[in-house]
Parts: sequence; structure tokens; C-alpha cells
Amino acid sequence: MADLSMEQLSSQYYDILKELGNIGAGNATTALAQMLGGKLDMSVPQVRLLEFKEVGDLMGGADQIMAGIYLGVEGDITGSMMFLLGMESAKHLVAKLMMQEPSGDMFSEMELSALREVGNIITGSYLNSLSALTNLKMVPTVPAVAVDMAGAILSVPAIQFGLMGDNILLIETQFNDETQMNGYFILLPDLDSYSKILSSLGINV
Amino acid sequence: MGKSILVGMADLNICKSPDTITTLGLGSCVGIALRDPVTKIGGLAHIMLPDSKEITSVTHVPKFADTGIEELVKKVTEAGAVRSRLVAKIAGGAQMFAMSTNSSTMKVGERNVIAVKKKLKEMGIRLLAEDTGDSYGRTVVFDPETGNYTIKTVGKPEKVI
Repeated sequence: MADLSMEQLSSQYYDILKELGNIGAGNATTALAQMLGGKLDMSVPQVRLLEFKEVGDLMGGADQIMAGIYLGVEGDITGSMMFLLGMESAKHLVAKLMMQEPSGDMFSEMELSALREVGNIITGSYLNSLSALTNLKMVPTVPAVAVDMAGAILSVPAIQFGLMGDNILLIETQFNDETQMNGYFILLPDLDSYSKILSSLGINV
Repeated sequence: MGKSILVGMADLNICKSPDTITTLGLGSCVGIALRDPVTKIGGLAHIMLPDSKEITSVTHVPKFADTGIEELVKKVTEAGAVRSRLVAKIAGGAQMFAMSTNSSTMKVGERNVIAVKKKLKEMGIRLLAEDTGDSYGRTVVFDPETGNYTIKTVGKPEKVI
């Protein structure tokens, strides 16, 4: 790793992140279905590599309101990850979980707490599947939730990608019961964790 | 009625009255508006990171506070603004998530604001007003005609600095 520059790393880096993201997102959606006690269809996750200035268009504009759940990763691998939901999807999910009609425009404390729990379960199963695959310990920290403009929430992972390059990598996953929900996963291993992931997968760095 | 010029993340552009310039959803990033009050030529930069010197390979100039401000100053003066008359207003630099871990990445908003102020001071550009910090996103609109910097947030009234 020490001998590699980020430019040399980046194409391989994205390929690996993409593959890990696919596996993680699949498991996370299964966990979500179990939590909701129903069947949940998931589309094949799409991996999107965006320039920073395109980030705003992702959710229909950088000033569109969305929910972001952000948590740190500790253990053999350090870094962070984020799960993002459009406002409509987030509301639908929370209402379903709490078995009540969605209230008002913004979330109540109770609903935010439910959202944090959704994040906890989804990201936990995402990390578990990666942990099983790589045989590396990954422990999520307590998640934090923010409901705000898409651009503002995405600035957090974008800045971390900004330290390495000029693009941001997102795993988009769509899941539906009767309503279509769009969710995005972003996995952000710290730079020094990256070589650990690679070597655990049998790739020499 | 002029048009509205949109600046994306890690992007910058210039603007002449009667047009206005805007950037959507500033989080930990900082939006720097510059203006020459006489020619009414201004510009806006949406920076993400404090210091280009922390990174080994700088490929994208508008991404950083230091290189972004230099580039914006260059562009507005090329467009006819007078360097010595330039004044600035800034917004953003929030901490979007309250987290105990990851302190250096989480505090990047604060570090961005400090870096922007330092660079402005270094270049002798006076900072007229700011709306920075806290934990919410900001959409900003800058009007080079009046110098008004309008800040919109979710669930709070609009603010003009």
C-alpha cells in the first residue's frame, strides 16, 4: 500500500468497493425485509461513480430533503458508512415499522429513533456480510441520523472521497413492497484499511 | 430579471449583475461569495476541503479552500472586478452528524471555515459577513447587484447576510 499512489489504486479500488457493495447491499435488504415482516423485492444494486458536481442531481436536486444514517466502523477495518433514503422512502419505511400513518412534513423524535434503528439493522447486516467474506472484524458504532438537504448530507462522504480523488462511489439499491423505495449505500474504508481488505481477499498489494 | 447560475459541489463560477449565483445544499462545505461593489461583478466557490497541501496530487482546484479562493479571485478579476475592492461573505461549514469518533473527518466543516478565513486574510480580502457552523445544510443565493447573500435552511426562516 505504501508504495502505491492513489491513481494506481483507484481503478482497482472501485472494482473492489463495487463488489463488496453488491454483497453488502443484498444482505442488508434481506435484513430489512425480515424487520418489516414481509417480502421485499430488490433490484440488482447499481454502482454509480459520480463527479462531485453531479452529486446534487442524484436525488432530484441538492436541495431535496433526504434522510441519512451515518456510522463509524471499528475493528480490523476502520472507516465509516452511510445509508441514504429519499424522504418519501424514509417516511414509508418509518410508518410501516411503527404501524401508523406518516405524520407531518418532518420526523418526530420517535420516528427519528425508528429511522436510526433501521439504519442500525441495515448497516449491521451489511457489515456482517463483509466481515464474513473478508474474515476481518468490523464493528459499527452508534449511528447518527440527519434529515436535511441531499447536498449537505452527501457532503460528508463526498469530502472523504475528496481526500482520495475527484469522484464519489455510491451503491444504489431499490427495494419495493407496494411502494418503491430508493436507498443508497456508501462504504468508506480509511485508506490504510483498504490494503487489509485487498489482502484478505487474496490480492497482493 | 437576470438568470440564476448554478455552482455544484467542488465547483466555482463568476456572476455579473443582473444575474444571481447559487449553490444548493452546503453541508460541511463552504460557499465563498466574492464581490467588487463598484463593477458589481462577483463569484461563488463551493469548496470541500481545507488545504490542497494535505493532498499529494491536486487535480481539482475548486475542491480546496486555498486553491479555490485563488482561482475565484483570478476569474473575477479577469471578468473586470478590481482586486483591491473585493469583499467576501461566507456560509456553510456545518457538522452534519454528531459523532464521537472520527474526529478529524467530522470536524472538517470547522476546519474548512478556518482555512477559508485564513486564505481571505492572506490575500487581503475583507470578510463582511458569515453564517457558518451548526449542524444543518444551507442553500445560498448571492446577488452581485446588492451583495446580499441569502441563506435557506430546512425548517427555518430565510436569512440574508
